[in-house]
Amino acid sequence: MSEKIATRVAYGKALAEIGHNENIVVLDADLSKSTRTDFFQKQYPERHFNMGIAEANMMAVAAGLASCGKTVFASTFAVFAAGRAYDSVRNSIGYPHLNVKIGATHAGITIGEDGASHQMLEDIALMRAIPGMTVISPADAVSTNALVKLAAEMYGPVYLRLGRLDVPVIYDADTKFEIGKGIQLRDGNDMTIIATGFMVDPALKAAEMLKNDGISARVIDIHTIKPLDNDIIVKAAKETGAIITCEEHNLFGGLGSAVSEVVVKNCPVPMDMVGLEDTFGESGKPYELVEKYGLTPENVYNKAKTLLNRK
Amino acid sequence: MDDRTKLELKKTATKIRMGIITAVASAGSGHPGGSLSLADILTFLYFREMRVDPKNPKDPNRDRFVLSKGHCTPGLYSTLAHRGFFPVEELTGFRQTQSHLEGHPNMDKVPGVDMSTGSLGQGISAAVGMALAGKIDKKDYRVYVAMGDGELQEGQVWEAAMAAAHYKLDNLTVFVDYNGLQIDGKITDVMNPEPIADKFAAFGWNVIEIDAHDFDQIEEAVNKAKETKGKPTMILAHSIKGKGVSYMENQASWHGSAPKKEQADQALAELNDYLNSLEQ
Repeated sequence: MSEKIATRVAYGKALAEIGHNENIVVLDADLSKSTRTDFFQKQYPERHFNMGIAEANMMAVAAGLASCGKTVFASTFAVFAAGRAYDSVRNSIGYPHLNVKIGATHAGITIGEDGASHQMLEDIALMRAIPGMTVISPADAVSTNALVKLAAEMYGPVYLRLGRLDVPVIYDADTKFEIGKGIQLRDGNDMTIIATGFMVDPALKAAEMLKNDGISARVIDIHTIKPLDNDIIVKAAKETGAIITCEEHNLFGGLGSAVSEVVVKNCPVPMDMVGLEDTFGESGKPYELVEKYGLTPENVYNKAKTLLNRK
Repeated sequence: MDDRTKLELKKTATKIRMGIITAVASAGSGHPGGSLSLADILTFLYFREMRVDPKNPKDPNRDRFVLSKGHCTPGLYSTLAHRGFFPVEELTGFRQTQSHLEGHPNMDKVPGVDMSTGSLGQGISAAVGMALAGKIDKKDYRVYVAMGDGELQEGQVWEAAMAAAHYKLDNLTVFVDYNGLQIDGKITDVMNPEPIADKFAAFGWNVIEIDAHDFDQIEEAVNKAKETKGKPTMILAHSIKGKGVSYMENQASWHGSAPKKEQADQALAELNDYLNSLEQ
Protein backbone atom coordinates (compact mmCIF):
# COMPACT_ATOMS: atom_id res chain seq x y z
CA MET A 1 0.00 0.00 0.00
CA SER A 2 2.95 2.32 0.45
CA GLU A 3 3.91 2.36 -3.22
CA LYS A 4 2.85 5.44 -5.18
CA ILE A 5 2.58 5.59 -8.99
CA ALA A 6 0.86 8.12 -11.22
CA THR A 7 -1.92 6.70 -13.39
CA ARG A 8 -0.34 8.39 -16.44
CA VAL A 9 2.80 6.32 -15.85
CA ALA A 10 0.73 3.17 -15.57
CA TYR A 11 -0.98 4.18 -18.83
CA GLY A 12 2.32 4.61 -20.68
CA LYS A 13 3.65 1.30 -19.39
CA ALA A 14 0.45 -0.52 -20.29
CA LEU A 15 0.67 0.83 -23.86
CA ALA A 16 4.23 -0.48 -24.11
CA GLU A 17 3.04 -3.87 -22.82
CA ILE A 18 0.34 -4.20 -25.47
CA GLY A 19 2.40 -2.56 -28.21
CA HIS A 20 3.27 -5.92 -29.79
CA ASN A 21 -0.22 -5.75 -31.25
CA GLU A 22 0.67 -4.24 -34.62
CA ASN A 23 -2.77 -2.74 -34.98
CA ILE A 24 -2.08 -0.24 -32.22
CA VAL A 25 -1.03 3.26 -33.24
CA VAL A 26 -0.20 5.94 -30.66
CA LEU A 27 -0.49 9.68 -31.28
CA ASP A 28 0.78 12.43 -29.04
CA ALA A 29 0.77 16.23 -29.15
CA ASP A 30 4.27 17.22 -28.00
CA LEU A 31 3.71 15.77 -24.53
CA SER A 32 4.95 12.21 -24.85
CA LYS A 33 7.30 12.56 -21.91
CA SER A 34 4.42 13.75 -19.74
CA THR A 35 1.63 11.49 -21.01
CA ARG A 36 4.27 8.76 -20.88
CA THR A 37 3.56 7.46 -24.35
CA ASP A 38 7.35 7.68 -24.62
CA PHE A 39 7.47 4.15 -23.15
CA PHE A 40 5.61 2.95 -26.26
CA GLN A 41 7.63 5.22 -28.53
CA LYS A 42 10.93 3.70 -27.40
CA GLN A 43 9.78 0.19 -28.28
CA TYR A 44 7.62 0.90 -31.33
CA PRO A 45 8.82 4.17 -32.91
CA GLU A 46 7.29 3.18 -36.26
CA ARG A 47 3.79 3.30 -34.74
CA HIS A 48 4.17 6.39 -32.56
CA PHE A 49 3.42 9.72 -34.26
CA ASN A 50 3.95 13.12 -32.78
CA MET A 51 1.24 15.39 -34.16
CA GLY A 52 2.71 18.54 -32.66
CA ILE A 53 0.77 21.08 -30.65
CA ALA A 54 -2.39 20.60 -32.68
CA GLU A 55 -4.86 18.59 -30.61
CA ALA A 56 -7.99 19.13 -32.70
CA ASN A 57 -6.15 17.84 -35.75
CA MET A 58 -4.73 14.92 -33.76
CA MET A 59 -8.18 13.70 -32.72
CA ALA A 60 -9.53 13.75 -36.29
CA VAL A 61 -6.32 12.13 -37.60
CA ALA A 62 -6.95 9.42 -34.99
CA ALA A 63 -10.43 9.00 -36.45
CA GLY A 64 -9.02 8.61 -39.95
CA LEU A 65 -6.53 5.98 -38.77
CA ALA A 66 -9.30 4.15 -36.93
CA SER A 67 -11.48 4.18 -40.05
CA CYS A 68 -8.71 2.14 -41.68
CA GLY A 69 -8.82 -0.49 -38.93
CA LYS A 70 -6.27 0.85 -36.47
CA THR A 71 -6.73 0.85 -32.70
CA VAL A 72 -5.59 4.37 -31.94
CA PHE A 73 -4.50 5.82 -28.62
CA ALA A 74 -4.42 9.63 -28.84
CA SER A 75 -2.82 11.30 -25.87
CA THR A 76 -2.56 14.78 -24.49
CA PHE A 77 -3.56 16.64 -21.33
CA ALA A 78 -7.22 16.26 -20.41
CA VAL A 79 -7.84 19.99 -20.78
CA PHE A 80 -6.82 19.80 -24.45
CA ALA A 81 -8.23 16.34 -25.19
CA ALA A 82 -11.73 17.01 -23.90
CA GLY A 83 -11.70 20.79 -24.08
CA ARG A 84 -9.79 22.18 -27.02
CA ALA A 85 -10.41 19.14 -29.23
CA TYR A 86 -14.02 18.58 -28.15
CA ASP A 87 -15.50 19.16 -31.59
CA SER A 88 -13.13 16.68 -33.25
CA VAL A 89 -13.86 14.15 -30.51
CA ARG A 90 -17.61 14.65 -30.87
CA ASN A 91 -17.94 14.76 -34.65
CA SER A 92 -15.04 12.69 -35.96
CA ILE A 93 -14.71 10.06 -33.20
CA GLY A 94 -17.99 9.95 -31.27
CA TYR A 95 -20.51 10.35 -34.08
CA PRO A 96 -19.04 7.61 -36.32
CA HIS A 97 -18.23 5.57 -33.17
CA LEU A 98 -14.64 4.98 -34.23
CA ASN A 99 -12.09 2.90 -32.37
CA VAL A 100 -10.11 5.70 -30.74
CA LYS A 101 -8.94 5.65 -27.14
CA ILE A 102 -8.28 9.10 -25.74
CA GLY A 103 -5.52 8.98 -23.16
CA ALA A 104 -6.25 12.18 -21.23
CA THR A 105 -3.60 12.77 -18.61
CA HIS A 106 -3.11 15.57 -16.08
CA ALA A 107 -6.81 15.76 -15.23
CA GLY A 108 -8.02 17.71 -12.20
CA ILE A 109 -6.42 20.15 -9.76
CA THR A 110 -3.70 17.72 -8.71
CA ILE A 111 -1.54 18.79 -11.63
CA GLY A 112 -0.80 21.61 -9.19
CA GLU A 113 1.48 24.46 -10.13
CA ASP A 114 0.37 24.89 -13.78
CA GLY A 115 -2.84 26.34 -12.43
CA ALA A 116 -6.43 26.73 -13.53
CA SER A 117 -5.86 26.91 -17.30
CA HIS A 118 -4.51 23.35 -17.19
CA GLN A 119 -6.68 21.88 -14.44
CA MET A 120 -9.43 20.05 -16.31
CA LEU A 121 -12.53 19.82 -14.13
CA GLU A 122 -15.27 19.47 -16.76
CA ASP A 123 -14.11 16.53 -18.85
CA ILE A 124 -16.28 13.85 -17.28
CA ALA A 125 -19.34 16.00 -18.00
CA LEU A 126 -18.27 16.70 -21.58
CA MET A 127 -17.27 13.16 -22.44
CA ARG A 128 -20.17 11.32 -20.86
CA ALA A 129 -22.57 13.57 -22.78
CA ILE A 130 -21.28 12.15 -26.07
CA PRO A 131 -23.45 9.20 -27.14
CA GLY A 132 -21.56 5.90 -27.12
CA MET A 133 -18.45 7.25 -25.41
CA THR A 134 -17.03 5.01 -22.69
CA VAL A 135 -15.57 7.07 -19.83
CA ILE A 136 -12.96 5.47 -17.58
CA SER A 137 -11.43 7.12 -14.51
CA PRO A 138 -9.04 4.75 -12.72
CA ALA A 139 -7.96 5.19 -9.12
CA ASP A 140 -4.52 3.64 -9.21
CA ALA A 141 -1.78 2.06 -11.30
CA VAL A 142 -3.11 -1.49 -11.10
CA SER A 143 -6.59 -0.59 -12.28
CA THR A 144 -5.16 1.70 -14.96
CA ASN A 145 -3.04 -1.10 -16.36
CA ALA A 146 -6.01 -3.45 -16.54
CA LEU A 147 -8.46 -0.89 -17.91
CA VAL A 148 -6.10 0.33 -20.64
CA LYS A 149 -5.78 -3.25 -21.83
CA LEU A 150 -9.55 -3.79 -21.69
CA ALA A 151 -10.09 -0.53 -23.58
CA ALA A 152 -7.75 -1.75 -26.31
CA GLU A 153 -9.71 -5.00 -26.59
CA MET A 154 -13.15 -3.43 -26.88
CA TYR A 155 -14.37 -1.70 -30.03
CA GLY A 156 -15.41 1.95 -29.84
CA PRO A 157 -14.38 5.30 -28.43
CA VAL A 158 -13.02 5.44 -24.89
CA TYR A 159 -12.00 8.41 -22.77
CA LEU A 160 -9.36 7.49 -20.19
CA ARG A 161 -9.06 10.08 -17.41
CA LEU A 162 -5.61 9.96 -15.88
CA GLY A 163 -3.65 11.94 -13.32
CA ARG A 164 -0.22 13.50 -13.09
CA LEU A 165 0.34 12.95 -9.39
CA ASP A 166 1.84 9.84 -7.84
CA VAL A 167 -1.02 8.14 -6.01
CA PRO A 168 -1.20 5.10 -3.70
CA VAL A 169 -1.66 1.66 -5.20
CA ILE A 170 -4.99 0.40 -3.92
CA TYR A 171 -5.51 -2.88 -5.73
CA ASP A 172 -3.73 -6.20 -5.58
CA ALA A 173 -1.99 -7.01 -8.83
CA ASP A 174 -4.32 -9.93 -9.59
CA THR A 175 -7.59 -8.00 -9.17
CA LYS A 176 -10.06 -8.61 -11.99
CA PHE A 177 -11.61 -5.55 -13.62
CA GLU A 178 -14.46 -5.21 -16.05
CA ILE A 179 -15.37 -2.04 -17.94
CA GLY A 180 -18.74 -0.87 -16.62
CA LYS A 181 -18.55 -2.77 -13.32
CA GLY A 182 -17.86 -0.87 -10.14
CA ILE A 183 -15.82 -2.42 -7.37
CA GLN A 184 -16.89 -2.57 -3.74
CA LEU A 185 -13.71 -1.94 -1.81
CA ARG A 186 -15.23 -2.03 1.64
CA ASP A 187 -18.56 -3.29 2.92
CA GLY A 188 -20.82 -1.25 5.16
CA ASN A 189 -24.49 -0.79 5.99
CA ASP A 190 -24.96 2.75 7.30
CA MET A 191 -24.08 4.64 4.12
CA THR A 192 -22.09 4.40 0.91
CA ILE A 193 -19.18 6.46 -0.35
CA ILE A 194 -18.91 6.28 -4.13
CA ALA A 195 -15.65 7.63 -5.51
CA THR A 196 -13.72 7.79 -8.76
CA GLY A 197 -10.11 8.40 -9.74
CA PHE A 198 -7.94 10.32 -7.30
CA MET A 199 -10.78 10.44 -4.71
CA VAL A 200 -10.96 6.68 -4.10
CA ASP A 201 -8.07 6.73 -1.64
CA PRO A 202 -9.46 9.64 0.43
CA ALA A 203 -12.83 7.85 0.40
CA LEU A 204 -11.26 4.76 1.94
CA LYS A 205 -9.58 6.89 4.60
CA ALA A 206 -12.87 8.66 5.36
CA ALA A 207 -14.56 5.28 5.83
CA GLU A 208 -11.88 4.38 8.35
CA MET A 209 -12.53 7.64 10.23
CA LEU A 210 -16.27 6.92 10.22
CA LYS A 211 -15.60 3.45 11.59
CA ASN A 212 -13.95 5.03 14.63
CA ASP A 213 -17.29 6.76 15.24
CA GLY A 214 -19.12 3.46 14.94
CA ILE A 215 -20.42 4.20 11.42
CA SER A 216 -20.14 1.43 8.87
CA ALA A 217 -19.55 2.98 5.42
CA ARG A 218 -19.50 1.02 2.19
CA VAL A 219 -16.92 2.22 -0.35
CA ILE A 220 -17.32 1.75 -4.09
CA ASP A 221 -14.80 2.59 -6.80
CA ILE A 222 -16.59 3.68 -9.97
CA HIS A 223 -13.70 3.32 -12.41
CA THR A 224 -16.13 3.39 -15.35
CA ILE A 225 -18.36 6.43 -15.28
CA LYS A 226 -20.00 5.43 -18.54
CA PRO A 227 -21.51 2.93 -18.96
CA LEU A 228 -22.32 3.29 -15.28
CA ASP A 229 -22.79 0.25 -13.02
CA ASN A 230 -26.42 0.94 -12.11
CA ASP A 231 -26.77 -2.31 -10.17
CA ILE A 232 -24.05 -1.62 -7.65
CA ILE A 233 -25.44 1.91 -7.08
CA VAL A 234 -29.07 0.84 -6.65
CA LYS A 235 -28.00 -1.96 -4.33
CA ALA A 236 -26.02 0.52 -2.24
CA ALA A 237 -28.97 2.92 -2.10
CA LYS A 238 -31.34 0.17 -1.00
CA GLU A 239 -29.02 -1.43 1.54
CA THR A 240 -27.34 1.62 3.07
CA GLY A 241 -29.91 4.41 2.55
CA ALA A 242 -27.47 7.28 1.94
CA ILE A 243 -24.81 8.01 -0.68
CA ILE A 244 -21.99 10.49 -0.86
CA THR A 245 -20.01 10.83 -4.09
CA CYS A 246 -16.37 11.97 -4.36
CA GLU A 247 -14.64 13.26 -7.47
CA GLU A 248 -11.82 15.55 -8.55
CA HIS A 249 -14.17 17.34 -10.95
CA ASN A 250 -16.71 20.12 -10.98
CA LEU A 251 -19.91 19.02 -9.23
CA PHE A 252 -21.88 19.88 -12.37
CA GLY A 253 -22.11 16.91 -14.69
CA GLY A 254 -19.57 14.57 -13.15
CA LEU A 255 -19.76 11.41 -11.03
CA GLY A 256 -22.17 12.96 -8.52
CA SER A 257 -24.56 13.90 -11.32
CA ALA A 258 -24.25 10.48 -12.93
CA VAL A 259 -24.90 8.60 -9.68
CA SER A 260 -27.82 10.83 -8.74
CA GLU A 261 -29.42 10.21 -12.15
CA VAL A 262 -29.50 6.51 -11.29
CA VAL A 263 -30.56 7.01 -7.67
CA VAL A 264 -33.53 9.33 -8.36
CA LYS A 265 -34.91 6.96 -10.97
CA ASN A 266 -34.56 3.78 -8.96
CA CYS A 267 -34.30 4.32 -5.22
CA PRO A 268 -34.19 7.93 -4.03
CA VAL A 269 -32.10 8.31 -0.88
CA PRO A 270 -30.34 11.32 0.71
CA MET A 271 -27.15 12.19 -1.19
CA ASP A 272 -24.30 14.61 -0.97
CA MET A 273 -21.32 15.26 -3.21
CA VAL A 274 -17.68 16.10 -2.71
CA GLY A 275 -15.89 17.79 -5.60
CA LEU A 276 -15.08 21.23 -6.94
CA GLU A 277 -17.90 23.61 -6.02
CA ASP A 278 -18.35 25.22 -9.45
CA THR A 279 -14.98 26.90 -9.38
CA PHE A 280 -11.76 26.87 -11.37
CA GLY A 281 -8.61 25.79 -9.59
CA GLU A 282 -5.38 27.73 -9.11
CA SER A 283 -1.63 27.25 -8.89
CA GLY A 284 -0.21 25.55 -5.87
CA LYS A 285 1.32 22.37 -4.54
CA PRO A 286 -1.07 19.50 -5.31
CA TYR A 287 -1.82 18.51 -1.72
CA GLU A 288 -2.23 22.15 -0.68
CA LEU A 289 -4.87 22.47 -3.41
CA VAL A 290 -6.46 19.19 -2.35
CA GLU A 291 -6.75 20.68 1.14
CA LYS A 292 -8.03 24.06 -0.03
CA TYR A 293 -10.71 22.61 -2.31
CA GLY A 294 -11.89 19.99 0.14
CA LEU A 295 -10.80 16.82 -1.64
CA THR A 296 -9.68 15.36 1.69
CA PRO A 297 -10.76 12.42 3.85
CA GLU A 298 -11.75 14.98 6.52
CA ASN A 299 -14.16 16.77 4.18
CA VAL A 300 -15.67 13.49 3.04
CA TYR A 301 -15.99 12.45 6.69
CA ASN A 302 -17.66 15.73 7.72
CA LYS A 303 -20.11 15.69 4.85
CA ALA A 304 -20.88 12.04 5.54
CA LYS A 305 -21.73 12.79 9.15
CA THR A 306 -24.08 15.61 8.10
CA LEU A 307 -25.63 13.40 5.45
CA LEU A 308 -26.42 10.71 8.01
CA ASN A 309 -28.59 13.23 9.86
CA ARG A 310 -30.83 13.37 6.79
CA LYS A 311 -31.45 9.62 6.67
CA MET B 1 -8.26 11.83 -72.52
CA ASP B 2 -10.05 10.79 -75.71
CA ASP B 3 -13.18 12.62 -76.87
CA ARG B 4 -15.46 9.66 -76.28
CA THR B 5 -14.37 9.30 -72.64
CA LYS B 6 -14.72 13.00 -72.11
CA LEU B 7 -18.22 13.00 -73.59
CA GLU B 8 -19.27 10.16 -71.31
CA LEU B 9 -17.90 12.01 -68.27
CA LYS B 10 -19.79 15.15 -69.29
CA LYS B 11 -23.01 13.18 -69.61
CA THR B 12 -22.46 11.57 -66.23
CA ALA B 13 -21.67 14.91 -64.61
CA THR B 14 -24.89 16.35 -66.04
CA LYS B 15 -26.91 13.44 -64.63
CA ILE B 16 -25.18 13.96 -61.28
CA ARG B 17 -26.12 17.65 -61.41
CA MET B 18 -29.75 16.66 -62.08
CA GLY B 19 -29.56 14.39 -59.03
CA ILE B 20 -28.28 17.31 -56.97
CA ILE B 21 -31.27 19.44 -57.95
CA THR B 22 -33.68 16.56 -57.33
CA ALA B 23 -32.23 15.88 -53.87
CA VAL B 24 -32.19 19.48 -52.72
CA ALA B 25 -35.62 20.27 -54.16
CA SER B 26 -37.11 17.15 -52.52
CA ALA B 27 -35.62 18.11 -49.17
CA GLY B 28 -36.59 21.76 -49.45
CA SER B 29 -33.13 22.54 -48.05
CA GLY B 30 -29.48 21.71 -48.63
CA HIS B 31 -26.47 23.04 -50.50
CA PRO B 32 -26.74 23.09 -54.30
CA GLY B 33 -24.13 25.79 -55.12
CA GLY B 34 -21.01 24.03 -53.85
CA SER B 35 -22.32 20.64 -54.96
CA LEU B 36 -22.70 21.85 -58.55
CA SER B 37 -19.24 23.45 -58.54
CA LEU B 38 -17.71 20.16 -57.36
CA ALA B 39 -19.69 17.87 -59.68
CA ASP B 40 -17.06 17.47 -62.42
CA ILE B 41 -14.32 16.61 -59.92
CA LEU B 42 -16.59 14.06 -58.23
CA THR B 43 -17.48 12.61 -61.62
CA PHE B 44 -13.85 12.27 -62.62
CA LEU B 45 -12.85 10.67 -59.31
CA TYR B 46 -15.67 8.11 -59.09
CA PHE B 47 -16.08 7.30 -62.81
CA ARG B 48 -12.53 7.51 -64.08
CA GLU B 49 -9.98 7.48 -61.30
CA MET B 50 -10.77 5.93 -57.96
CA ARG B 51 -10.42 2.23 -57.17
CA VAL B 52 -13.82 1.63 -55.59
CA ASP B 53 -16.34 -1.19 -55.78
CA PRO B 54 -19.99 -0.48 -54.99
CA LYS B 55 -20.41 -4.18 -54.16
CA ASN B 56 -17.63 -4.00 -51.60
CA PRO B 57 -17.72 -0.43 -50.28
CA LYS B 58 -15.53 -1.19 -47.25
CA ASP B 59 -12.73 -2.88 -49.20
CA PRO B 60 -9.60 -2.10 -47.13
CA ASN B 61 -7.59 -1.54 -50.33
CA ARG B 62 -10.01 0.96 -51.89
CA ASP B 63 -9.14 4.55 -52.63
CA ARG B 64 -10.77 6.90 -50.12
CA PHE B 65 -12.69 10.10 -50.62
CA VAL B 66 -13.41 12.54 -47.80
CA LEU B 67 -15.94 15.31 -48.32
CA SER B 68 -14.36 17.79 -45.94
CA LYS B 69 -16.89 20.37 -47.13
CA GLY B 70 -19.50 18.04 -45.70
CA HIS B 71 -22.50 20.20 -46.54
CA CYS B 72 -22.10 19.27 -50.22
CA THR B 73 -23.79 15.90 -49.70
CA PRO B 74 -26.12 16.44 -52.67
CA GLY B 75 -23.04 16.23 -54.89
CA LEU B 76 -21.55 13.24 -53.09
CA TYR B 77 -24.81 11.29 -52.78
CA SER B 78 -25.78 11.88 -56.39
CA THR B 79 -22.33 10.68 -57.47
CA LEU B 80 -22.44 7.59 -55.24
CA ALA B 81 -25.96 6.76 -56.39
CA HIS B 82 -25.07 7.06 -60.08
CA ARG B 83 -21.96 4.95 -59.43
CA GLY B 84 -24.19 2.21 -58.02
CA PHE B 85 -23.64 2.42 -54.28
CA PHE B 86 -27.40 2.85 -53.73
CA PRO B 87 -30.44 3.47 -55.96
CA VAL B 88 -30.70 6.90 -57.59
CA GLU B 89 -34.37 7.00 -56.54
CA GLU B 90 -33.26 7.32 -52.91
CA LEU B 91 -31.99 10.85 -53.59
CA THR B 92 -35.56 12.09 -53.12
CA GLY B 93 -35.31 11.07 -49.45
CA PHE B 94 -32.41 13.45 -48.84
CA ARG B 95 -32.49 15.08 -45.38
CA GLN B 96 -35.70 13.32 -44.43
CA THR B 97 -36.36 11.32 -41.27
CA GLN B 98 -36.83 7.91 -42.86
CA SER B 99 -33.84 8.24 -45.20
CA HIS B 100 -30.22 7.29 -44.59
CA LEU B 101 -29.17 10.36 -46.54
CA GLU B 102 -28.26 12.67 -43.67
CA GLY B 103 -27.73 16.36 -44.34
CA HIS B 104 -24.03 15.78 -43.75
CA PRO B 105 -22.25 12.50 -44.58
CA ASN B 106 -22.58 9.57 -42.18
CA MET B 107 -20.13 6.74 -42.88
CA ASP B 108 -22.21 4.26 -40.89
CA LYS B 109 -25.43 4.86 -42.80
CA VAL B 110 -24.48 5.54 -46.42
CA PRO B 111 -22.58 2.98 -48.51
CA GLY B 112 -19.54 4.59 -50.12
CA VAL B 113 -19.13 7.37 -47.57
CA ASP B 114 -15.63 6.97 -46.14
CA MET B 115 -15.82 9.52 -43.33
CA SER B 116 -18.52 11.30 -41.38
CA THR B 117 -17.96 15.02 -41.81
CA GLY B 118 -19.80 18.27 -41.38
CA SER B 119 -17.76 20.31 -38.96
CA LEU B 120 -15.47 22.12 -41.39
CA GLY B 121 -11.74 21.49 -41.18
CA GLN B 122 -12.05 18.00 -39.72
CA GLY B 123 -12.32 16.02 -42.95
CA ILE B 124 -8.83 16.90 -44.09
CA SER B 125 -7.49 15.81 -40.69
CA ALA B 126 -9.27 12.46 -40.97
CA ALA B 127 -7.87 12.08 -44.48
CA VAL B 128 -4.38 12.66 -43.07
CA GLY B 129 -5.09 9.74 -40.72
CA MET B 130 -6.21 7.55 -43.62
CA ALA B 131 -3.11 8.43 -45.64
CA LEU B 132 -0.92 7.75 -42.61
CA ALA B 133 -2.58 4.33 -42.19
CA GLY B 134 -1.79 3.60 -45.83
CA LYS B 135 1.87 4.41 -45.22
CA ILE B 136 2.01 2.30 -42.03
CA ASP B 137 0.43 -0.66 -43.82
CA LYS B 138 2.42 -0.08 -47.04
CA LYS B 139 -0.79 -0.09 -49.05
CA ASP B 140 -1.05 1.66 -52.40
CA TYR B 141 -4.51 3.19 -51.97
CA ARG B 142 -4.86 6.94 -52.42
CA VAL B 143 -6.85 9.41 -50.36
CA TYR B 144 -8.78 12.25 -52.01
CA VAL B 145 -10.34 15.21 -50.24
CA ALA B 146 -12.68 17.96 -51.36
CA MET B 147 -12.52 21.16 -49.37
CA GLY B 148 -14.30 24.45 -49.70
CA ASP B 149 -12.33 27.66 -50.20
CA GLY B 150 -14.24 29.23 -47.31
CA GLU B 151 -13.33 26.16 -45.26
CA LEU B 152 -9.70 27.31 -45.39
CA GLN B 153 -10.66 29.86 -42.74
CA GLU B 154 -10.79 27.03 -40.18
CA GLY B 155 -7.46 26.92 -38.32
CA GLN B 156 -7.52 23.14 -38.14
CA VAL B 157 -7.00 22.98 -41.92
CA TRP B 158 -3.51 24.36 -41.44
CA GLU B 159 -2.76 21.95 -38.59
CA ALA B 160 -3.65 19.15 -41.00
CA ALA B 161 -1.68 20.74 -43.84
CA MET B 162 1.39 20.88 -41.60
CA ALA B 163 0.99 17.25 -40.55
CA ALA B 164 0.48 15.98 -44.12
CA ALA B 165 3.67 17.63 -45.30
CA HIS B 166 5.58 16.59 -42.16
CA TYR B 167 4.75 12.93 -42.72
CA LYS B 168 5.36 13.24 -46.49
CA LEU B 169 1.89 11.95 -47.35
CA ASP B 170 2.25 11.79 -51.12
CA ASN B 171 -0.76 9.46 -51.20
CA LEU B 172 -2.99 12.41 -50.24
CA THR B 173 -4.57 14.74 -52.81
CA VAL B 174 -6.76 17.65 -51.74
CA PHE B 175 -9.04 19.52 -54.10
CA VAL B 176 -9.95 23.04 -53.03
CA ASP B 177 -13.23 23.90 -54.74
CA TYR B 178 -12.27 27.47 -55.51
CA ASN B 179 -15.59 29.09 -56.37
CA GLY B 180 -14.81 32.24 -54.40
CA LEU B 181 -18.11 32.39 -52.53
CA GLN B 182 -19.30 31.44 -49.07
CA ILE B 183 -22.57 31.99 -47.22
CA ASP B 184 -22.02 35.64 -46.39
CA GLY B 185 -20.51 36.59 -49.74
CA LYS B 186 -17.10 36.63 -51.42
CA ILE B 187 -14.42 34.75 -49.52
CA THR B 188 -12.14 37.74 -49.96
CA ASP B 189 -14.70 40.00 -48.26
CA VAL B 190 -15.69 37.62 -45.44
CA MET B 191 -12.18 36.57 -44.38
CA ASN B 192 -9.56 36.57 -47.05
CA PRO B 193 -7.74 33.21 -47.30
CA GLU B 194 -5.49 34.38 -50.17
CA PRO B 195 -2.94 33.65 -51.41
CA ILE B 196 -4.21 30.06 -51.23
CA ALA B 197 -1.69 28.48 -53.61
CA ASP B 198 1.25 30.23 -51.96
CA LYS B 199 0.08 29.22 -48.49
CA PHE B 200 -0.07 25.52 -49.34
CA ALA B 201 3.25 25.74 -51.16
CA ALA B 202 4.76 27.37 -48.08
CA PHE B 203 3.41 24.51 -45.99
CA GLY B 204 5.39 22.12 -48.18
CA TRP B 205 2.70 20.94 -50.57
CA ASN B 206 2.82 20.32 -54.28
CA VAL B 207 0.34 22.85 -55.73
CA ILE B 208 -1.47 22.66 -59.07
CA GLU B 209 -4.05 25.13 -60.39
CA ILE B 210 -6.74 23.98 -62.80
CA ASP B 211 -10.15 24.73 -64.25
CA ALA B 212 -12.48 22.58 -62.13
CA HIS B 213 -14.79 22.01 -65.10
CA ASP B 214 -12.15 20.76 -67.56
CA PHE B 215 -11.75 16.97 -67.41
CA ASP B 216 -8.38 17.03 -69.20
CA GLN B 217 -6.99 19.40 -66.61
CA ILE B 218 -8.45 17.39 -63.72
CA GLU B 219 -6.89 14.22 -65.09
CA GLU B 220 -3.53 15.82 -65.71
CA ALA B 221 -3.45 17.26 -62.18
CA VAL B 222 -4.39 13.95 -60.57
CA ASN B 223 -1.70 12.19 -62.58
CA LYS B 224 0.89 14.76 -61.54
CA ALA B 225 -0.16 14.27 -57.92
CA LYS B 226 0.39 10.53 -58.27
CA GLU B 227 3.85 11.10 -59.74
CA THR B 228 4.86 13.50 -56.96
CA LYS B 229 6.92 11.78 -54.29
CA GLY B 230 7.44 12.95 -50.72
CA LYS B 231 4.76 15.61 -50.51
CA PRO B 232 0.97 15.88 -50.61
CA THR B 233 -0.75 17.68 -53.47
CA MET B 234 -3.31 20.49 -53.33
CA ILE B 235 -5.25 21.08 -56.53
CA LEU B 236 -6.66 24.58 -56.53
CA ALA B 237 -9.68 24.03 -58.74
CA HIS B 238 -11.13 27.27 -60.13
CA SER B 239 -14.85 26.58 -60.25
CA ILE B 240 -18.18 28.27 -60.74
CA LYS B 241 -20.55 28.02 -57.81
CA GLY B 242 -23.87 26.69 -59.08
CA LYS B 243 -22.23 25.49 -62.33
CA GLY B 244 -24.74 24.18 -64.89
CA VAL B 245 -27.85 25.97 -63.63
CA SER B 246 -28.05 29.44 -65.18
CA TYR B 247 -29.68 31.30 -62.33
CA MET B 248 -27.50 29.68 -59.66
CA GLU B 249 -24.12 30.41 -61.25
CA ASN B 250 -21.87 32.70 -59.21
CA GLN B 251 -24.62 33.46 -56.69
CA ALA B 252 -23.68 33.11 -53.01
CA SER B 253 -27.39 32.97 -52.18
CA TRP B 254 -27.53 29.43 -53.64
CA HIS B 255 -24.91 28.21 -51.19
CA GLY B 256 -27.44 26.77 -48.80
CA SER B 257 -30.94 27.22 -50.14
CA ALA B 258 -33.15 24.93 -52.16
CA PRO B 259 -34.96 25.80 -55.39
CA LYS B 260 -38.75 25.96 -55.30
CA LYS B 261 -40.70 23.59 -57.54
CA GLU B 262 -40.76 25.89 -60.59
CA GLN B 263 -37.10 26.78 -60.13
CA ALA B 264 -36.17 23.12 -59.82
CA ASP B 265 -38.16 22.32 -62.96
CA GLN B 266 -36.31 25.04 -64.84
CA ALA B 267 -32.94 23.77 -63.58
CA LEU B 268 -33.76 20.19 -64.56
CA ALA B 269 -34.98 21.35 -67.99
CA GLU B 270 -31.75 23.27 -68.58
CA LEU B 271 -29.63 20.31 -67.55
CA ASN B 272 -31.75 17.93 -69.60
CA ASP B 273 -31.36 20.15 -72.67
CA TYR B 274 -27.62 20.08 -72.15
CA LEU B 275 -27.67 16.31 -71.76
CA ASN B 276 -29.65 15.96 -74.99
CA SER B 277 -27.17 18.22 -76.79
CA LEU B 278 -24.35 15.94 -75.60
CA GLU B 279 -26.17 12.84 -76.79
CA GLN B 280 -26.68 14.14 -80.33
